[in-house]
Amino acid sequence: MGLFEFFTAHRQEVWDLTAEHLVLVGAAIFCAVLIGMPLGVLTTRWRWLGRPVLGGANVMQTIPSLALLGFLLPVPWIGDRADRLAIVALTMYALLPILRNTAAGINGVDPSVVEAGRAMGMTSGQILLQVQLPLAMGVILAGVRVATVICVGTATIAAAVGAGGLGEFIFRGVAMVNNQLILAGAIPAAALALLADLLLGRVEKFFQTAV
Amino acid sequence: MSDGARPTPPAATSPVISLRTVSYRLPGGRVLLDALTLDVARGETLVLLGRSGSGKTTTMRLVNRLLEPSAGEVLVEGRATSQWDAIKLRRHIGYVIQETGLFPHFTIERNIALVPSLEGWAPDRVRARVAELMELVGLPSEMSARYPRQLSGGQRQRVGVARALAADPPILLMDEPFGALDPITRADLQNEFRALQRRLAKTILFVTHDLREALVLGDRIALLEGGRLMGLYTPAEFLRADEPLAAAYLAAFRAGDPPGAG
Repeated sequence: MGLFEFFTAHRQEVWDLTAEHLVLVGAAIFCAVLIGMPLGVLTTRWRWLGRPVLGGANVMQTIPSLALLGFLLPVPWIGDRADRLAIVALTMYALLPILRNTAAGINGVDPSVVEAGRAMGMTSGQILLQVQLPLAMGVILAGVRVATVICVGTATIAAAVGAGGLGEFIFRGVAMVNNQLILAGAIPAAALALLADLLLGRVEKFFQTAV
Repeated sequence: MSDGARPTPPAATSPVISLRTVSYRLPGGRVLLDALTLDVARGETLVLLGRSGSGKTTTMRLVNRLLEPSAGEVLVEGRATSQWDAIKLRRHIGYVIQETGLFPHFTIERNIALVPSLEGWAPDRVRARVAELMELVGLPSEMSARYPRQLSGGQRQRVGVARALAADPPILLMDEPFGALDPITRADLQNEFRALQRRLAKTILFVTHDLREALVLGDRIALLEGGRLMGLYTPAEFLRADEPLAAAYLAAFRAGDPPGAG
C-alpha cells in the first residue's frame, strides 16, 4: 500500500490526530503567551529579573523533551492527565522565544519615543500599552512564530505519554519498523509547521508595516 | 533688528520657572550641572546656549521632572517640582524635541491629540483642537490621516510644535527643535515660531547650540559651559559681550558667517 492510499484509507484517523496535535500546540502557545509576555514585560521594568528569568527559560529549553515529560509525570495535578502533562511541557518549551522577543521588542523601541511619551505626561502603563507594546508587536509575533514552529515539532513527543497527536503514527511506525506509518505522522506535522510559519509570518508582516 | 520689537520680560511678577542652586550628578559622581540659578519670567523666551555636554538638556529635563535635582530646588509656578504630581506637571508643560519624538504608529491627528486625549477631552473637542492647531502651525488639514514617516522633516517638526501646544500649556520646553532641519526650512520655521511666540505669549525655555538661533529667538540668552552658568545676556548685550566664552562664540559665529548664508 502506498502512502497516498494509506492517507485515503485512514483519512479519519489522520484528521483526528492532526486536530489533537493542533489542540496541544494551540493550548501550549496560548499558555506560553499568557505567561511569557507579561514576564517579558516585567524583565524590562525590573532589570534584575532579566537574568534569572531568561536563564530559567533557557535551562528549560535545554532539557531533552522526553526527559522533561518523565520529570513532570510524578508531579501532582500536572501528571494526572496525559494531555495536561503534554501541554505543560510544550508551554515550557514555547516560553523562551516569546519571553526573549517580548523583552527584546520592548527594549528595542526608540528611547526618544518613550522619552517623548514620558515628557508628555503619559503614565508608565499608558506608555506600555499605547507605545511600547504596539511598536514591539512585530518582534513579539516573530517570537510567537518561532515558538509555534518548535512546538508543532516537539508535540510529536506527546504521544509517548499517551496525549495523542501526530506522534501516535510516528511511535507506532517506529515500534512496527514501518516507514510509511512514520511518514504518515511526520508529513502532516511538517505541513502544519510550514502552515503555521506562513500564517504567523503574514500577521507579523502586517504589524510591521502598520508601524 | 530693534530691541523695541521684543516684549520686555515682566521682572516684577514672580518667575514661572525658577532654578535655585540646582546641581545634578550622575550616580557615578560625574557632575552635569553645578549650582545653577536661573529664573524665567512669564511670557519670556529664555535660550540655553551651550555646547553638547554643557548641561542645557539636563536643565530642561529637571524642569519637567524627567530628572530630579541632586541638590537645590526647581520651582514651577512657585512650587517645587518635587511637590508637583509628575504627570500633572508634565501635562502642564509642552515639550518639543528633535523630530524623533513623534509616535511612528500614530497618525498626525493622534500625535497632536495625545495630551488632550490623555486628559479625557470629548472627541469632538479634540478634533476641533487638532484642526485649529494644524492651521496654526501651517499644516494642510489633509495631512491629519498620514503617519510621521510620510512627512518631511520640517512638517514633522510642525507636528511636534502642534503636539506640544495641544492642551494649551502655559510653559514650553524646546530641545533643539529645529536642529535636524536644512538651513532654509530652519529659517522658515524660526520666523514662524517667532510670530507664534508673540501671539501666544508662552513662557519658553529653548535649548540650542546655535548662536544665530539664540539671537533670533531669545529674549535672554543663558550661556552654559561644563554645567555652569557663564553669563546671562539679552541678544544686544551678547553681541557686545567681552567675556572670553561669549567672545569666542561671537568670533566663531562671525567667521562662519559668509554674506547671505542661512
